[in-house]
Amino acid sequence: MDKIRIIEVKESVFSDNNKDADKLRNELKREKTFLLNLMSSPGSGKTTFLKGIASRLKDKINMGVMEADIDSDVDAMAMASCGVRSIQLHTGGMCHLDASMTRQGLEEFGTKDLDLVVLENVGNLVCPAEFDTGSVKNAVILSIPEGHDKPLKYPLMFQVAHALIINKIDVLQYFDFDIEKVKEYALMRNPNLKIFLVSAKTGEGMDEVSSWFEEEVKEWCK
Amino acid sequence: MHELGVVFHTLDTVKRIAEENNVKRVASITVEIGEVSTVIPDLFEDCWNWAVKKETVLKDAGVKIERIPALTYCEDCKKEYGTLEYGKVCPYCGSGRTYLLQGNEIIIKEIEAIE
Repeated sequence: MDKIRIIEVKESVFSDNNKDADKLRNELKREKTFLLNLMSSPGSGKTTFLKGIASRLKDKINMGVMEADIDSDVDAMAMASCGVRSIQLHTGGMCHLDASMTRQGLEEFGTKDLDLVVLENVGNLVCPAEFDTGSVKNAVILSIPEGHDKPLKYPLMFQVAHALIINKIDVLQYFDFDIEKVKEYALMRNPNLKIFLVSAKTGEGMDEVSSWFEEEVKEWCK
Repeated sequence: MHELGVVFHTLDTVKRIAEENNVKRVASITVEIGEVSTVIPDLFEDCWNWAVKKETVLKDAGVKIERIPALTYCEDCKKEYGTLEYGKVCPYCGSGRTYLLQGNEIIIKEIEAIE
């Protein structure tokens, strides 16, 4: 019979990824590139939101977008059609991006001339929160039709986020969405969360978020 | 599926540790999964059993799963309570100033290597 040797490990499954993510952040700091990890459910308006941000920042910041999806390149095409440098990443069925996938994407994309890269993560409020991508900041978009209880249902997502962007406020009157409640629930999870109310479609509130982007990039790249 | 991604990360970590320890074959691993982690043990096991079929050092390695109970601490009355039962609000004093002590971990506890 074979002899069995027990090797004690006691290591988090995420520890290698976390180290890799820290390394990537250091590289980005040296290169003076700000990486924002943008997460949300499918259909929250990420791509429309990014188009709005891109048009506001285009004369001030060199911006690129990495679109991560399980399949298709519709999002990258949409960004390219409004003049934003973009690349489509396919996750091969995976529900999230990790640090090594992000690094591969950045290398392929070529970020030397970019001050800001937005990683549009796979539409999902669960898995992307679990894996540090190496981003400098995380933002989550929550749209009005999704309901104000999401911070209670997906606590980790709201804990890892630095900014919460509540989108589609132009349709607020048609839904039972309570802005005060969502703020309360989100801040309960994360007291330092910055909260923005926007409509990517009408442009309401978009100047404030784009100023936040600008300040964060300036702070990181100085 | 989230569990599959976590399994792939587990495989990578176990393979690295196996190499560091000169292990030629792994019989099984033990993983501790917190009660409020985002991983469902049954699904983790299914993904693991599927993924190890394609491995060499880890070929057909088993997986044993242990649960870590979720505990929350109340900053106001300094008591601990079960997170699954009571969630974010302290059952003793009704305070919301609480934080999770343990229960969201996914830890590789040990590896059983065949000598």
